Amino acid sequence: MRRLAAAVVLLWLVVTLTFILVRLAPGDAAALLVPPTATPEDAARLRAELALDAPIAVQYAKWMGGLLRGDLGESFSQRRPVARVLREALPVSLGLGGSSLVLTFLVGVAVGTLQATRRGTIVDPVLTFATTAIYAAPSYWLALSLIAVFTYGATVWGLPVGLRLPAFGIRDPAGVETGWAAAVDLVRHAVLPVTVLAAVGAAGIARYARSTVADLAAAEWVRTARAKGLRSRAVYGRHVLANALPPLVVLLGLSLPGVVAGSVFVESVFAWPGMGRVMVVAIASRDYPVVMGATVLYAALVILANLAADLVLPLLDPRRDA
Amino acid sequence: MNRLARFSAVLLGVLVASVALVPALAATDPLAIGDVLATRLVPPVSLDALGHFHLLGTDRFGRDLFVRMMLAGRISLTVGVAGSLLAGVVGTVVGAAAAWRGGLADRVAMGVSDALLSIPRLILLLLCAALWQPGAATVLVVLGATGWMGVARLVRGEVLGVRAQPYVSAAHALGASSSRVLWRHVVPNALGPAIVATTLGVGNAILLESGLSFLGLGIQPPAPSWGNMIAGGRDLIVTAPWVAIAPGVALIVTVLACTLLGDSLRDRLAGERPRDIAERA
Repeated sequence: MRRLAAAVVLLWLVVTLTFILVRLAPGDAAALLVPPTATPEDAARLRAELALDAPIAVQYAKWMGGLLRGDLGESFSQRRPVARVLREALPVSLGLGGSSLVLTFLVGVAVGTLQATRRGTIVDPVLTFATTAIYAAPSYWLALSLIAVFTYGATVWGLPVGLRLPAFGIRDPAGVETGWAAAVDLVRHAVLPVTVLAAVGAAGIARYARSTVADLAAAEWVRTARAKGLRSRAVYGRHVLANALPPLVVLLGLSLPGVVAGSVFVESVFAWPGMGRVMVVAIASRDYPVVMGATVLYAALVILANLAADLVLPLLDPRRDA
Repeated sequence: MNRLARFSAVLLGVLVASVALVPALAATDPLAIGDVLATRLVPPVSLDALGHFHLLGTDRFGRDLFVRMMLAGRISLTVGVAGSLLAGVVGTVVGAAAAWRGGLADRVAMGVSDALLSIPRLILLLLCAALWQPGAATVLVVLGATGWMGVARLVRGEVLGVRAQPYVSAAHALGASSSRVLWRHVVPNALGPAIVATTLGVGNAILLESGLSFLGLGIQPPAPSWGNMIAGGRDLIVTAPWVAIAPGVALIVTVLACTLLGDSLRDRLAGERPRDIAERA
């Protein structure tokens, strides 16, 4: 209960800080919204209509009041409720982020464990170099490289149709398929963006998993497990991984908002209609209500993930008390 | 220092030397646009129609990519290092002051830092960078403004620990003023984790700068940065892939070297925190 209250206070702080940040910025939203032929009077009328000419404190009170009632206001440029704009975009980003997170976890833990069990061989430094390199690569650059290979290259080199992947959008613009065909179409469009996000994420998780597993493998109870004759597979599967997983699961939860935010680049390159695109477009057009709404949503995701991590960790690891 | 870290240090040294020297010594001006039709989109390691050699080829305006990349490296490296340093300094001052003063100052500082940490850093960057005038100075300030919170928490924790040490009481007893004790005796002993975080932050700052520039919100053309060079090659990715690939490789090599170097520093001084990974762009 205390934690929940703290989370609510934190969210209020975020909202207020964001409001100040957005309104401190120079630039006039109304001037950007009116058509090029508009007169200063037109701009003034629009400013009044959007309540942009009210004192900043009044605007803040109005916005907070709306937020408490679950009303995020209306988008300046699209003239429809912000909540609806976000409701359309969030599932796209969550789907993208969620599916890549699952892949991230599986690949990252596997690679990290492999490295930890192969310490002292050539496998470990090579994989360290590889994961650090991918971790260092900007996701938009990886995305462009994959497009060069799988969209363009695959066609030029005559690879099978299954490997010629679409690079843009979330579904085939000419497609009218339903059911299975539509699902296959969606998956084909998702392969490249999910791969990019998962590759970058898995590299980070692998770096963390490697050090966690290596630390645990040095513990005395691991020596005991070996001494009683368990095979390596059982030692790692039953003992080491069981202890390494709780922090990794928590890390995964903490990563979700980051992955959703990180999809700004991937959505930009692959033209996916998700949160990242909404945010970038809204910022460019000074669509304050959408910017504010999206930021609050991102912050709520982070705070929820932290809260969930705090609550889940004691369940996974009884030694830690809440 | 292990082999990977030594290799990274050498690599960074070579990189710094080449971004400093290559644009100064180059025969061609990396910003000037000449005979576009004769020189544009020359593939790597070949001659253009005028007989000039281009190691990494040319972009759509016939500008030499290698020289441009090195010039971009100046901006990217400077902004990355300075941005991370700025965040480190702000974080150290805020964290130390919060722990030292305690009470309301501490609560306010940590409240603001918690709130800012609740917005994914990339989103915070977009908010700040996009709403203000884009450019190198904005990116620098914004990197500092969005990166200090982690360092502040680390320093705060360290200062609280160091404060209990006998030599701090001794300094007080000798009549040193409160601020002298803090800055001369406590902070220097609380800097270890902050230095590691700042070093590891350099690679991240370079990546974030390039990301902003890629979205058109960071360094503005014609000034080259690795991010806006990749953006410039974006629609050429099938006809002239080297335009986007080359600056990306430079970016990866730089960030890789910074990260490996920071890793080796961290292995000596502190443990990696999950948030470092979660915050990665």
